[in-house]
Amino acid sequence: MKNKKAIDEIIGKYIGRKGSLIPLLQEVQTIEGYLAKDTMRYLSEKTDINIAQIYGVATFYTMFHLKPQGKHIIRVCKGTACHVSDANSILKAVQNNLQLTDGEDTTTDKLFTVMEVACLGCCSLAPVIMINDNTYGKLTPEAIEEIVKKYN
Amino acid sequence: MELTIKVGLASCGLAAGAGEVYSTIEKYLKKSKIKAELKKTACIGMCFVEPLVEISSENGNTVTYGDVSPENIIELIEAYAKGKPINKNVILSNILEGSENEKLNNQTRIVLRNCGIIDAESIEDYLEKDGYKALEKVVSSMSKKDIIEEIKRSGLRGRGGAGFPTGLKWEFAYRSKSDKKYIICNADEGDPGAFMDRSILEGDPHSILEGMAICAFAIGADEGYIYCRAEYPLALKRLNIAIAQAEEKGFLGKNIFNSDFDLNLHIKEGAGAFVCGEETALMGSIEGERGMPRIRPPFPAQSGLWGKPTNINNVETYANIAWIIMNGADEFTKYGTEKSPGTKVFALAGKIKNSGLIEVPMGIPLKDVIYDVGGGMKTEKPFKGVQLGGPSGGCIPAELLDTIVDYDSINKTGAIMGSGGMVVMDQSTCMVDIAKFFLNFTQNESCGKCTFCRVGTKRMLEILTRITEGNGKIEDLEKLEKLASNIIKGSLCGLGQTAPNPVLTTLRYFKDEYIAHIKDKRCPAGVCTSLLRYEVIENKCIGCTLCARKCPVNCISGEPKKVHYIDQDACIKCGACYDVCKFDAINKS
Repeated sequence: MKNKKAIDEIIGKYIGRKGSLIPLLQEVQTIEGYLAKDTMRYLSEKTDINIAQIYGVATFYTMFHLKPQGKHIIRVCKGTACHVSDANSILKAVQNNLQLTDGEDTTTDKLFTVMEVACLGCCSLAPVIMINDNTYGKLTPEAIEEIVKKYN
Repeated sequence: MELTIKVGLASCGLAAGAGEVYSTIEKYLKKSKIKAELKKTACIGMCFVEPLVEISSENGNTVTYGDVSPENIIELIEAYAKGKPINKNVILSNILEGSENEKLNNQTRIVLRNCGIIDAESIEDYLEKDGYKALEKVVSSMSKKDIIEEIKRSGLRGRGGAGFPTGLKWEFAYRSKSDKKYIICNADEGDPGAFMDRSILEGDPHSILEGMAICAFAIGADEGYIYCRAEYPLALKRLNIAIAQAEEKGFLGKNIFNSDFDLNLHIKEGAGAFVCGEETALMGSIEGERGMPRIRPPFPAQSGLWGKPTNINNVETYANIAWIIMNGADEFTKYGTEKSPGTKVFALAGKIKNSGLIEVPMGIPLKDVIYDVGGGMKTEKPFKGVQLGGPSGGCIPAELLDTIVDYDSINKTGAIMGSGGMVVMDQSTCMVDIAKFFLNFTQNESCGKCTFCRVGTKRMLEILTRITEGNGKIEDLEKLEKLASNIIKGSLCGLGQTAPNPVLTTLRYFKDEYIAHIKDKRCPAGVCTSLLRYEVIENKCIGCTLCARKCPVNCISGEPKKVHYIDQDACIKCGACYDVCKFDAINKS
């Protein structure tokens, strides 16, 4: 845990409020980058929420990460419209560009994390990727190199 | 002459570069002599020609340009200001020939009445369009029973997909006795290929708040939640702005319109679980739990959020309410069919020319949606099928395109209306692959509570994977159908009960494709990589050696300047040779 003080503040804001576990975890993740085991244990001690429940929620929702993430998040859309517009070749191009091998999602320099997402809702621009909050549409595998370069 | 310039700044517009167009205009107007008011708006629905800019003047002349860029926008504004608007890339106009003039006229815009017209971040814009007048009307002059009766008479059905009558749902919640009731807006639009709700949230958030407030007043709720997925940052931002504005003006909060009606609305960000679109799972998620569906009954109207009576409707349903109150149920039922009155918003995507957002009256044939409103196919490849209802829906083939758009007619085809995603597919789409795609999705998103859904979808996915890899057996088709019927029977919620639909409809309408994969080990659309075969076309190959150098498994042999050869046993079908060949000398079959 890097930001114990900030985490304590967040706990203070939510403690005792019903239904607050998800926003609590969301905010802690925003400052920590991910939810480490120690962080979850600490949250459990401080809030009296059973650690199994915290872990259960953290593993249920795709938004929570249990491993450190790269500085930039690349979301490759795998929605229906993107799928029929060959999103697979876009994903492959991104992985090749970042030299990620099978099963890896984060580059060794921790600069990028690649994830597949269900739908970014920009179907008319398919295939689409999103880097941090910026969306790029009507992509071809060849276009990936230029786009990723901007974040290096 | 003062001009008004509106830039479409919804997610799709921003992704296409509308943000830069906006700042270019802003900078230009600071220095220019042209007097113009620069305004932001959201999505008018023509996503395929984003970024869109509308220029209009006091005399009512309007031109909407598509495919605008920072490079050409200044020229367009200057020419318009001189009274000589450029006749290029015109999408809509009342003075020039716009390419989409007619297509927009084929639509009926009730839900999208303000989308792409008003500035979504300005409550004044909404008030100018008679915003919150419907809320004022119900609070000051209608009884709860009258409101519910009006909604019942309108025949409005839930636009989230299942089509349950909205008025009836409200009545159940109204009749439940409790000291505390909740309302919820389901904005967890998770279907891949659907973005209707996003556009309404981004384009006209006040219409949703007003619909929710009317519902809360009618059923007697004083607190509500909007559950919106976190993947929609712009929608969340605009909802937050809208709630703050409505509170400031007294349309939310305490003593609304000087009555004893109070309403507090909160926003809950989803955390990325498709199953949370199911109403009981959604409520679990608001309560901070894993979003797993609960057994019904009791229905949310009796025991919902924190055990209290709760009414939950989808974004599009709420966006209809204020219109119905203002114009009356009789006006609403003039549109649509007897059993499905009103309109439906669809997100057109895939291999269609005019992809984007449309709103059409119910009862219109699918053919007209695709060919008239949607402009037909994007390329010359012929139409193959249209997927309706996302992972819970199905693929409708060309021979059923006369099917009309209403809940019951679409159900008969084996698909469902769903929330309104419509993905058009051409001959380059493999139907077995599409079935696998959706099953992969539902299998990933199954919460795991019901065994049939958890394990059954996994088994179905394994069979489909086997078929697309050329290892399928003909008995597999029967097995798929049997598993499908068991999953439908053995699942608690809509996710499991509808998960087999994509497989069942493709089996029903495109069985020959399954058989081609199994018997001939052939993928007719050329999509399933394991069944592909890459070969060198001898008379085209000049022996440049590029493919041999690029091949990751070194299975291409041949001397320089001589015809090359691919070793089929070693080939991993990655397609690298096909992609790099500059002489089109590789054949993919």
